[in-house]
Amino acid sequence: MEVRVLAFARLRELFGFGERRVACANGATLEDLWRDLARDDTEVAALRASTRFARNGALATATTVLADGDEVAFLPPVGGG
Amino acid sequence: MIALTAEPLALEPLIAAVRDDAHGAIVTFLGVTRATSNGDPRPVAALDYEAYPAMAQAELEAIAEEARQRFGPLRIAMLHRTGRVALGEPSVAIAVGTPHRPQAFAACAFAIDALKARVEIWKNECYADGASAWQPNAEAAP
Repeated sequence: MEVRVLAFARLRELFGFGERRVACANGATLEDLWRDLARDDTEVAALRASTRFARNGALATATTVLADGDEVAFLPPVGGG
Repeated sequence: MIALTAEPLALEPLIAAVRDDAHGAIVTFLGVTRATSNGDPRPVAALDYEAYPAMAQAELEAIAEEARQRFGPLRIAMLHRTGRVALGEPSVAIAVGTPHRPQAFAACAFAIDALKARVEIWKNECYADGASAWQPNAEAAP
């Protein structure tokens, strides 16, 4: 199956994309997808603890199971204002 | 009037949007880009904002609704910039109108505090020497 991944701010720079379609295995969770994208990048790994996940526009836990066509977003700590 | 915008901000349209004959108070807040960041001596030339528009819009509207429940009746307008904002230019503008002033002050403070903690907007500080860094808010939710 395939999901659409959005990455913002420093994560966008480290992943090398702001939006991309990504193939993932049936039953994959948000955490699985993060690990696939992070590979062994130590800076990405260091940002994991402060990154929140969203699925289809709502915050979601790392154990959330993905469905085909989902929109996934990786959200660094916000900086508006 | 609750939105992200790539256009320069001014308070007058927000004031007009919250004006109401039943309201005796309008409090406004303008956040402007500062010459230096907290604890960082490097001069800032501009801030570059990016957002997750769908989530940011929903969160701004949720904050407005919470303000209504806590401090209403009120009318509230909130605009936040995207893109590059030069030094001294506004990045966020809020106006709140209420029948009496204590609720307007309280709701305006609540709205900017909640925005800084919760809304899916990110800020890249661009320094005069050409470097840049993404700066999270101290209030950002963990």
